Amino acid sequence: MTHTKMSGAKAVIESLYCENVDVIFGYPGGSVLPLYDELYEAKLRHVLVRHEQAAAHAADGYSRATGKVGVCLATSGPGATNLVTGIATAYMDSVPMIAITGQVPRSLIGYDAFQEANITGITLPITKHNYLVQDAKDIPHIFKEAFYIARTGRPGPVLIDIPKDVQNEVMEFEYPEEIKLRGYKPTYTGNEQQIKKAASLILKSEKPIFYVGGGIVFSNAAEELRILAESIMAPVTTTLMGMSAFPTKHPLSIGMLGMHGTRYANYAIQESDLIIAVGVRFDDRVTGKISAFAPNAKIIHIDIDPAEIGKNVRADVPIVGDAKNILKSLLKYVKMEQVKTESWTKKIAEWKKEYPLVYKKDNLLRPQYVVEQISDIVPDAIIVTEVGQNQMWAAQFFNYKNPRTFISSGGLGTMGYGFPAAMGVKIGKPESTVIDISGDGSFQMNSQELATVVQEDIPVIVAILNNGFLGMVRQWQELFFNRRFSSTCLEGSVDFVKLAQAYGALGLRATKKSEVRDVIIEAVKSGCPTVIDFVVEREENVSPMVPAGAAINEILDME
Amino acid sequence: MKHTLAILVENKPGVLTRVAGLFSRRGFNIESLAVGVTENADTSRITIVVSGDDHILEQVEKQLNKLIDVIRVSDLPVEESVNRELALIKVGVDSTTRAEVMQIVDIFRAKIVDVGIKSLIIEVTGDESKINAIDQLLRQFGIKELVRTGRIAMNRGAKSVQAEKK
Repeated sequence: MTHTKMSGAKAVIESLYCENVDVIFGYPGGSVLPLYDELYEAKLRHVLVRHEQAAAHAADGYSRATGKVGVCLATSGPGATNLVTGIATAYMDSVPMIAITGQVPRSLIGYDAFQEANITGITLPITKHNYLVQDAKDIPHIFKEAFYIARTGRPGPVLIDIPKDVQNEVMEFEYPEEIKLRGYKPTYTGNEQQIKKAASLILKSEKPIFYVGGGIVFSNAAEELRILAESIMAPVTTTLMGMSAFPTKHPLSIGMLGMHGTRYANYAIQESDLIIAVGVRFDDRVTGKISAFAPNAKIIHIDIDPAEIGKNVRADVPIVGDAKNILKSLLKYVKMEQVKTESWTKKIAEWKKEYPLVYKKDNLLRPQYVVEQISDIVPDAIIVTEVGQNQMWAAQFFNYKNPRTFISSGGLGTMGYGFPAAMGVKIGKPESTVIDISGDGSFQMNSQELATVVQEDIPVIVAILNNGFLGMVRQWQELFFNRRFSSTCLEGSVDFVKLAQAYGALGLRATKKSEVRDVIIEAVKSGCPTVIDFVVEREENVSPMVPAGAAINEILDME
Repeated sequence: MKHTLAILVENKPGVLTRVAGLFSRRGFNIESLAVGVTENADTSRITIVVSGDDHILEQVEKQLNKLIDVIRVSDLPVEESVNRELALIKVGVDSTTRAEVMQIVDIFRAKIVDVGIKSLIIEVTGDESKINAIDQLLRQFGIKELVRTGRIAMNRGAKSVQAEKK
């Protein structure tokens, strides 16, 4: 590109073009007026949300569904601080995202100016990196670096804070071809010696198990995982973040592990002699009591972030690098005829038969039934979730086939994530049916975005599993606090059908089992933003459950 | 177990905050900290003394390396490196004690850098134990003020901590 004189604000837009950004989610304000003036004529879509938190979640959802870097934009002070929950959500789940914030003019920084907040300081622990732009001429290389950092290595959010006067400053625009970061060189190829060691452990193992997570999704390694699992005939359990990385109905799939994992996944982990952990971080919701986790297993830990290896558990064979590359390399060394897992896979098949995921099949409208019907009617939908019971049922009872079709706030567990994230998903994947499996509590944390989906014509479906409770907390109160339901009852708080209609969206309701399929079909056919209020059994529990701090084979059944 | 880490970082505003913030949020304890520019103007060197077992040290190093502005982290074992701190100690003296204080200063190869009627400022460099020792000895005369730098350290011999591996 030739050198062209332009304002800092225009340089931001030009930088976004250079990064092939076609949509940003944002909310205007005083310190981003020059940027919004440029957006008025920009050749990219700006989605006007109703709360900055939603802009961050939407950019995050867009990124998770497409693999591209999501972008959100907010003004200084409260606009920027409203992004914080969304940035932290993306950080915990390694989602590549750019957050652009306006800042007060340079001369006012540090003087407690109107709408001033030290957002680079605030987001220091929840961003992969952040920048305060001190000079308009730095804009191109900062954007180049920021996008590179966000999407490479272990991905994550990067924030760029731009003072208002920098947006107005005239500079010469030239987008750099290369970047120079002395302190940032992610490793992609695994060490060959380590890979050989891993392969020899695999070939010796009689009870191997894959424990895989978000890393498979982010490195687009689902296909390599499937081929390798089939080659060595090892069962595959996924974390919540890895939910769609391996087909639910695959014979080697044993579903999710951990606190609300399947009995057979947790039993298999505890009895295995080799864990092949890929793109996971041995989170406490997965391992339960760490000292009792997988007592007989050697551990191969594959991750792109060296700091995750050895953080929570010892790894016998650590391999740093990109999951796709490493799984491919591993495949060279293992062949099906060499494996000896026959009695192991047989045992797991027996467990699967003996301890299936169940719920009471009676005439009452139970939330699990709703999820099953959605899975049956729109099998190719992209499922987004809120947080709590709805999230666990969505993980347990939908039949996932392809990566990036289960989108959920795993690490931070952000209530209110699902609906705005679903907007981003729908914009990134307009051909897909996008369904936010929601709870009545979570939905109310960002229900104002109904205005956005109607104004911007983003036809997502919100399926509220409405039990009139903050269900997961209520479940813990039932089990561990003697049924003292302290501040968890939401009954009668809002008529979700009328709420949807008030915003101009379609509102539907099902109160009986027999009505469930009809409303799902109507919502899908409508092509409109739709809220479905499923009035479900109030005190249904997520089952099975491992109490916090217990070993993962100390499982409670809820019936 | 104490470790001395030499951390080469980009010489930019805010980098020290990133490093210090990481220690506090990950629950690592900084025992001593010293920062200064290196032979290259664009690189600063932070020397941090941290205590913890091998597992904690490994996490500290890995987490530091995740910071984009951190270029290199090296552990400098005490026996293979020169470790120094500097202290300024203001000691109260009168005509009867001045000579004895000056003797101690000589023994420690310290320097008197300011002389007043009722006080002296002593400048002493050395490893932590040497500074602790002179501190103990001078206490009997009444220390009015004491300021110490953090530890700085450098590999002995040809080995050196460089931004680019050679």
